[in-house]
Amino acid sequence: MAETFPALEMSNATVVSLRDPTKDILEGVNWTVAPGEFWVVGGQQFSGKTDLLTLAAGLVGPTVGSCHVFGQDTRLLGEEQLAWRLRIGFLFDGGQLFNRQTILENVTLPIRYHKNLALTEAAPVVSALLELMGLSPFADLTPPNVGAGWRHRTAMARALTLQPEFLLLDNPLSGLGPRHRQWMLQFLDQLWRGHKLCGGRPMTLVVTTDDLRPWRDASGNSGRKYAVLHDKTFYPLGSWVEVEKADHPTVKDLTVGDLLAELEENQK
Amino acid sequence: MRGNLAKTLDLSETQVFRRAPLPKSYTDFMGRKAFLFLMTVQGLGAFALITLGVILRKFGVAPNVIRPRIRQEIGRAGMSLLPMFLLIALALGFVVVGQTIAALAKVGQITFLGSAMVVVIVRELGPLIAAMLVLARVGTANVIELGTARALGEVESLEALGIDPVHYMIVPRVIGMSLGIFSLTVYLILGALVSGYFFAFLQNVPLTPGDYIGEIMAALSPMDFALLALKTMTFGFFIAIVTCYHGLAQPLRLEEISRVSVRAVSQGVIACVMIDAIFIVFYLFS
Repeated sequence: MAETFPALEMSNATVVSLRDPTKDILEGVNWTVAPGEFWVVGGQQFSGKTDLLTLAAGLVGPTVGSCHVFGQDTRLLGEEQLAWRLRIGFLFDGGQLFNRQTILENVTLPIRYHKNLALTEAAPVVSALLELMGLSPFADLTPPNVGAGWRHRTAMARALTLQPEFLLLDNPLSGLGPRHRQWMLQFLDQLWRGHKLCGGRPMTLVVTTDDLRPWRDASGNSGRKYAVLHDKTFYPLGSWVEVEKADHPTVKDLTVGDLLAELEENQK
Repeated sequence: MRGNLAKTLDLSETQVFRRAPLPKSYTDFMGRKAFLFLMTVQGLGAFALITLGVILRKFGVAPNVIRPRIRQEIGRAGMSLLPMFLLIALALGFVVVGQTIAALAKVGQITFLGSAMVVVIVRELGPLIAAMLVLARVGTANVIELGTARALGEVESLEALGIDPVHYMIVPRVIGMSLGIFSLTVYLILGALVSGYFFAFLQNVPLTPGDYIGEIMAALSPMDFALLALKTMTFGFFIAIVTCYHGLAQPLRLEEISRVSVRAVSQGVIACVMIDAIFIVFYLFS
């Protein structure tokens, strides 16, 4: 049955800071994400990117206004609404894996908990996912013993285990080398268009970033949408053409960046 | 003023309240300490009730995940401490039990042996020593592990996965520690009684093993067994609650974990002594 509700709908929402719940980090956010859309939200550090995503995931509620995910008020996403919660996948900046558990245990945790499977029963269920992510050789290692790129993939695998419909990713390219970055960009594109992992169903994606350049849509017609956060305000911009036209200091900073540092890196 | 100071120092108002310099008035100081104590009791009480609620409501949820964790915690709070407890039991037997037997034998009051052993070892020292040792060994580890997990965002990860952090992280520790302390206490008591008799034997105290066991069994009542189980499991429950509360309930930075560990251990000791005092009332009226 086709989804009739938007994947995400924020109406005049005020987002509080996770570090200091008494401080409003974003105000008056009006934002609608339709099912199947791919949004890239840019912002500098402490602009509220993570806080915005945690609000979208229902981990915190708006102090003012409302936030609905697939028509469900996120303030009411309690244990009775577990099914709604599981439609959302979340990838934290850095992964936030469980360091005392192996990669296999990390990836299988959601399916073991919600479907009451033992590790030996859950392992075959996620084997295809681990193979696709290139994680099979590292399944018995703990996160501190693998590189940042593999930790990101582990976190991605964990977020996809229960085949969510709506994936929120907080700075998924941070700390990644060129190889893992390229892999992540291509994989997200495949998820958006419909990956066999999720039965070919297109996924709704929202990504935050502190650098819009890797997310550049050169053709201008890929369908991705962009927004920036600046001075407690959410600015939806639209397509990449609108981003390039925008005369906004934050946009310029996120798209131009430190050219000198980039040149030095290219020379290495 | 406290709010402005908190913002300037990047601390919460409670932290400013705790760290403010001593007031000139002694009564103000006592009042502040009393208020802090009540705040702590309120926080711990709420956390304990939440944990109890989760234990009852989610008893059959995800047993394939939670039960292995409970077994792991029982192993950590029980099995892995057996060698250390054997040593403590031997020492307790020699230091307390053996000397008590020898002293009573000297004054010809060996008939009081059973009562003395039950009161000293079974009711008081056994459970309290077991609780203190588990608090020191496992309680501090709880604070460090949970504090680190909180600081690294593992709690938010669990919430994002639709997993109740209390159910996944706290309940196994509470159940494991309760059962672990109970088992270790029984082990400690038996070891102390056996090693105590051995010490008395070395001193040629005229007491046969049969008489020794008979005296102790005569002094024990069914209530002692029930209260021993209840007391030790209550110790385990509150030690787990105190240590998990300090590790998990409050947002922590990595550099604060050591300070919080010390506070958790001292509050755990106070909790155990207060529970011990409450149980004396039960013994008096049993």
